[in-house]
Amino acid sequence: MVRDTAQKAAPTPTPDTEPYWEGTRRGELRLQRCASCSNVFFYPRSACPRCGSSEVAWFTATGHGRLHTYVISHRAAPGFEDEVPYAIAVVELEEGPRLLTNIVGVSNTPEALELDMDLEVDFEPRGDQAVPVFRPASVPR
Amino acid sequence: MSTRAGTVIVGAAESERIGTVPDLSALQLHADAARRAIADAGLTMADVDGIAAAGQSPIAVAHYLGITPTYVDGTMVGGCSYLLHVRHAAAAIAAGLADVVLITHGESGRSRVGAGPRWGDPSSPQGQFEAPYGTLGPPTMFPLGVLRFMKETGLTHEQLASVAVAQRRWSSQVPRAKFRELITVDDVFASPMIAYPMHLLECCPQTDGGGALVLTSAERARAMPGPKPPVYVLGTGEAAETPLVSMMEDFTSSKAFRRSSARAFAEAGIGTGDVDHLMIYDAFAHLPIYGLEDLGFVGRGEAGAFIEEGHTSPGGRLPLNTNGGGLSYTHTGMYGMFLLLESVRQVRGEAPAQVPDVEVSLAQGVGGMFMAAGTVILGTQAAAG
Repeated sequence: MVRDTAQKAAPTPTPDTEPYWEGTRRGELRLQRCASCSNVFFYPRSACPRCGSSEVAWFTATGHGRLHTYVISHRAAPGFEDEVPYAIAVVELEEGPRLLTNIVGVSNTPEALELDMDLEVDFEPRGDQAVPVFRPASVPR
Repeated sequence: MSTRAGTVIVGAAESERIGTVPDLSALQLHADAARRAIADAGLTMADVDGIAAAGQSPIAVAHYLGITPTYVDGTMVGGCSYLLHVRHAAAAIAAGLADVVLITHGESGRSRVGAGPRWGDPSSPQGQFEAPYGTLGPPTMFPLGVLRFMKETGLTHEQLASVAVAQRRWSSQVPRAKFRELITVDDVFASPMIAYPMHLLECCPQTDGGGALVLTSAERARAMPGPKPPVYVLGTGEAAETPLVSMMEDFTSSKAFRRSSARAFAEAGIGTGDVDHLMIYDAFAHLPIYGLEDLGFVGRGEAGAFIEEGHTSPGGRLPLNTNGGGLSYTHTGMYGMFLLLESVRQVRGEAPAQVPDVEVSLAQGVGGMFMAAGTVILGTQAAAG
């Protein structure tokens, strides 16, 4: 079943982030790696935040990560009325960076959401864009 | 250049009313507090040549008050902005850029009168990388690291709740506090869940109110004494980490708290053992826990038990958030001004819940959600040496 998520806040890409959002629209989670110091970073920027090099290249992440921390909101943001209470979570990707996300495919309760559980990426629409969300990994890493 | 003890606070005041003030705009609250702080200093607006404000433009505040300032600080980094204003004013006064600096706060956080829009732009980093996930203001964001903190340090839900309990013990002695009834850990647990693991009583209210400070040089204060003893600025620090709480380097520690407080301690030439009274910005109950550890008052993983055992409560060895804090006193949105005002009252010896013999008070502010930090250490003339 496709859930109507039209009312959820949607991101507006900027020139430095457009390759990321182009990836998510295609079902790819893209990250940047610095060619100079090998730092992998998120969120997208036009230069490496560690060494300052502008020699940064996009690559597609594996989409695997672990649940780092979260809250469970008991009040609904616009578009989340049918999901409350829902988790707002930080996932640590296996490449290193962390990102904010939602957790799907599992009950959003303290009992079901165990820190450091294995997760894998999925995507949900937000307006004209798609955002990465995470579900329990089909095959634990 | 060190600004140590060269600058003093000679005026400090809150707006006449705080809490629910639907008949005043945010700008009026700035102005009300400003006039009262100037009167507290025994000065007139004509004495002011420097202005700093956050929330409203310092230009708007100055013009409203009839001041044409020649030193202007519009630093706006969230709730700790006023602590940074103190730091910058101390440097400016020491450098001769200003003689008398007025710092103002005013916010219609509850009634939203003349308060402007609240949330942002979908092309900002927050708009792209946080808002799509159903964030709904600070309650759904600021406590993001608490579960991680619990897993890594053993902090318990009871200890987290005890922060709110301890602060009510203070606010029960403070007539102007919004919430004054004593509460228990069970009361906290029985209050509505806002964003797990945070219950309503672990979240600050939203209020209306204003506050202002007047700073000048210690030299001028000696030559032209005001009605109140000057409060010395012993040390200050500031730091910024990230515009996105989801990008903080370590969800169990604020890098901005660590950097900012280290600067302030070094400048003041003191350590945690010299601090008689402490204010840590508490928009939510986890902040004093992070603050106690990040500033070095207790070791890693010890803050929860320290508060639970009563060491920060009335009669404890480290009085903390003695106005009741943002959780119980007032929280206009950018609460940092009220940290400073309580520190000033405690150093002057005029606080409603006065701690005996406060020579040194430290105020630790946070800006945004672990976005930035400011630290101000204040003391008596004796502490200034």
